[in-house]
Order: sequence, then C-alpha cells, then structure tokens
Amino acid sequence: MFPQPIEKSSPSIRYLYQIGLPIALIIWLLPLIAVMMTSVRPAADITAGNYWGWPSSFNFLDNYKSVFIDSAIGGFIWNSFMVTIPTVVGTIILSCLTGYALAIYNFRSNLLIFFMFVAGNFIPFQILMVPVRDLMLQMGVYDTYRGLIIFHIAFQTGFCTLFMRNFIKGLPFELIESARVEGVTEFKIFWHIVIPLMRPAIAALAVLVFTFIWNDYFWATVLTQGSDTMPVTAGLNSLNGQWVAAWHLVSAGAVVAALPPVIMFFLMQKHFIAGLTLGATKG
Amino acid sequence: MNQASTMPPKSGINPVTPPKKSMLRNQRKMAPWFFLAPGILMFLVFVISPIFQSLWISFYEWDGLGEKTWLGLANYLELFDDENFFISLKNNIIWLVLYMLAPPIGLAIALMLNQTVFGIRLYKSLFFFPFVISQVVVGLVFAWFYDPSYGLLNVVITSFGFEPIAVLADERFVTYGIIVAGLWPQVAYCMILYLTGLNNVAADQIEAARLDNAKGWKMLWYIIIPQLRPATFIAVVVTVIGALRSFDLVSIMTSGGPYGSSRVLSYYMYETALSEYGYRMGYGAAIAVVLFAIMMLFITGFIWKMIRDERG
Repeated sequence: MFPQPIEKSSPSIRYLYQIGLPIALIIWLLPLIAVMMTSVRPAADITAGNYWGWPSSFNFLDNYKSVFIDSAIGGFIWNSFMVTIPTVVGTIILSCLTGYALAIYNFRSNLLIFFMFVAGNFIPFQILMVPVRDLMLQMGVYDTYRGLIIFHIAFQTGFCTLFMRNFIKGLPFELIESARVEGVTEFKIFWHIVIPLMRPAIAALAVLVFTFIWNDYFWATVLTQGSDTMPVTAGLNSLNGQWVAAWHLVSAGAVVAALPPVIMFFLMQKHFIAGLTLGATKG
Repeated sequence: MNQASTMPPKSGINPVTPPKKSMLRNQRKMAPWFFLAPGILMFLVFVISPIFQSLWISFYEWDGLGEKTWLGLANYLELFDDENFFISLKNNIIWLVLYMLAPPIGLAIALMLNQTVFGIRLYKSLFFFPFVISQVVVGLVFAWFYDPSYGLLNVVITSFGFEPIAVLADERFVTYGIIVAGLWPQVAYCMILYLTGLNNVAADQIEAARLDNAKGWKMLWYIIIPQLRPATFIAVVVTVIGALRSFDLVSIMTSGGPYGSSRVLSYYMYETALSEYGYRMGYGAAIAVVLFAIMMLFITGFIWKMIRDERG
C-alpha cells in the first residue's frame, strides 16, 4: 500500500492525520455546507446580512415549503423524472444489444463501429445543437419530454456501449460457446445467458446515466422552452433570476434539485464508482 | 466457431441437416446486425449525421426558419475579424491549461485518503460529493461565494483589511473564478480514478522498492505513478473533454459577461445561434466546427491510444 499505512507512523503524525482529515473535509465541502445552512435560514438573516454565520433560527419547513408552493420547482422535478427514467431504461436496452454484438461477434467492421460509438461520446454538444434542435422541431417533439428522451438515449448509447462491450468481453466466452454447441439461438443466448450476468453492469450504468441526465443543463435549455417540460437544472436557473435576493429560497431549491442524484449515489455507491472508474486499473 | 455443427441440437427434432447448418451459420453472421441496428440507427441519426449537417450549415447564412443563403467560407473569414471569437478561444485555452491541475490535485487527495483508518470510506465518498451534484448547483454556490457584498470570499478578504473583489464582475478575474468552480467537481472525479488505481498498485513492487530504501517522492515518482498510468490516461481524457465542454458554469455564473469577457467557444456558439442576440445559425455552426476541430485533435490522440491497447 502506498503511502505508508498511517498505523505504522509515529503517534504524533497519526494524531495530526486524524485531526487534519475532518478539517480538510470541511474546507473541501464548505460551499455545500454553506448552501445547506442558508437553505434553513429565515429571510430576516438574509436582509441582516447574516450569510455565513450561524442561522438565527432554523426555518427548515418554512423555506422548503415555500419553495414548493411559491415556485414551479415541484413541476421541474417531475419533468426531470419524466425525462430521466425513460432515458435510463432506453439507453440500457440499446446498449445491452450493441455491447453484446460488439463483444461477442467477430466481423470486419466491429472495431470501426465500436470506435464510432467511443468517439461520438467525446464530441462537443455544440456541433450537434443546430441540427438536432431543427430535427426535433420537424419531428414535432421540440419542447416535449419525448424530444429530450430521444436525444439523450441516442447520445448516451455511445458511452454505454463502450461500457457494456468491455463488461461482456470480461465474461467467460465458454458459456456462449457451449450454448451454441447445444444449438441455442443467438437471441436466446443473449437473453437467458448473458443478460442475467450483466446485472452489475446494468446497475452501474443505470445510476450513472441517471446522474448524467438529471444534471444535464445544456440540452435542457436547447430543447425545452416552457416550464411544462423544463427539467430542474434549467428551471433552477430561471428561478435564480426571479428570486434575486432570496438566497435562502434559491439554496433550498438547489438542495432539492441536487438531492435525487445524491441519494442515488449513496444507495448505489459501489456501482456508481465501478462505472465511473471503468478502465482506470487496466489498459 | 463451427462447433455448432459437430453436435446435434438437443431440442431439435431432426439431427443436424445441411440446411439447418447453414441457417445457424447464417444466423450467426446476421445476428450482430440485428443487435446493432437500433443503437446504430439512433446514433447515426442524432449524433453522427448532425455533425455533417453542422458542417454544411456553417457555409450558409440561416436564421433557423427561412431560406438558407450560400456564403461559402464567409462565416469562417468573419471569425478572423471577430474579437469575441478570439476572446472565447483564449479563454478556452486558459480553461484547458488550468484544468490540467485537476489530475495532480486529485492524485494528492487520493494519496491523502488512501488509508485504512476508521470511517475512511465515508470520507472518500464525501470528498467525491461535488462530482455528483449538478453544475448548475455548483455554479450557483460559487456565484454566491464570490458575491462582492456578502460572499464568503470577500468576508475573508475584508477581514484582512483588503478591498473586496467582485470576482465575477471583473474582466481580469472572471474566467479564473469560473475555472476554480469547475475544478472542484473535476478534482473529485480525478481523485476517485486515482483511488481506484491506487487500490490496484502491486504490493510486492512496493515492498521490493522499500527494501531498496525507496521512500516518499522517489517511491511515488518511480514506482507508483508509472503503475497509475491507466488512471492518469482516463483522468487526462475526462479533464480535457470537461475543459472544452465547459458551458454550464459560464452560462449560470456570468452568461459570458462582463462584456463577454468570460465567454468560451461553446457558450459563444450558443449565444450566436440561439439567444436574444439573434439567430445566426450559420455563424454559430462555424464556431462549433472550430471547437469540434480542436476537440478532434485530442479525440484522435485518445482513440489512437485506445486502438493500440485494443490490438496490443
């Protein structure tokens, strides 16, 4: 292990480490801690300029209630779910199929197609912006959930194919070979043998794609217009414009908007990190 | 591959007969295309073909609704006289250079956290936290941290007796201020990559190096960092992409201001093509093509390395 395990160092260093760690963490998360504190402040604190001190009272319920009642944030969050969940499902279905094809079959254009997916994943969104927006307008899905969902599924399939393909490559190929020997059809092999083994990969991608799509801001601004379809990222930005000095409300809104991916992350931490660090150990 | 023909299928009524054999082989030849079709179709329609459409639009004058007017290279020539374009390009380079701090800082934090003391797992996930939340939230938090009258930064500065700095309203500081906000989640991402990498460093090599009296920096430089190469590669890839994709923070923290001094290409493109400043889709597309070309330089490098690994 590197660096030297702390248990092996002198007591004073060990002591220093144990004190330093929480201090470092507090400094690192200071912006977030401040937001959480502010989200429970009474409005009086804001007018009095008490932004960073201890809240004069804890108005947790009042602030969060007024965020939901006085603003459209409840609707924005609903919109985010309506876009995010179908995207996760669709992306996983498509990328299971493509990942399987690219991992199992040897055909001439295999690597070419694989790297098309990989490269597509890296391009700047702006090169897609004008044509995709135009296409959505022509298809009549601009400013609808469907428009966002379709685009997100298509784009995320790139990253997810890379992930699924590498995961399936790591599965024992003999399983598939022996099923073929038994005369099982290709689709049945996929469905009854490979899919059950892919559960950890599916879990990892589900939580990653959920976070990516939930946090997407660019496409939310480009492909939606009204508060009927606007996801919470774009919605929060428009609220920020409305509540100019009401920072206790802005921060309560920010906390609410950040919560779903945070909960996802803590519930499925292992999968999340496995997904994100794909390839960080070999290659 | 042709083992299917050596044994009769279990469930089949007939033993393997020639037509069946060719059907199975045919099936295996066709199968990948059935699996690939939906994904490829979506990807071609919504990702690959728009790239070419943008390229094509960049040769026209177009407001997004009416007729397109052919301009040839005029949009690209206009870029050369556009001061805002060069400001954005310069800012992109600043982003790219400063973002490269993310991998080393991430590594430093990873080294700090690579211990087995009580509660370390919670520490690791809390340090990773900034990456999980949306950039919109990060942008709001930092905009507020920099606020000239009440922001924490200025509370600290004024308590030392200095004049407050309006970071986001000052052309000299604004881009750096936004980059700091962007580095926060980026460092967290690099940290998690390195933590995973450190987990897999060969213990016997460390022991062997210890026997040879390698310590501290020397150990880090000669033994650890070479073994972290895969993690470093990914950290650099995601950091380059992150720097060039920077849009959210600029949009949320300053909308490109003051006087357009914090624009980056991605934001400038959006502004030209879609905002109240007008719908110049053709010119916007030309900016996007330039950004794409810059990104392609890096993408080609990354892909080239990946292909080499794939074959080797």
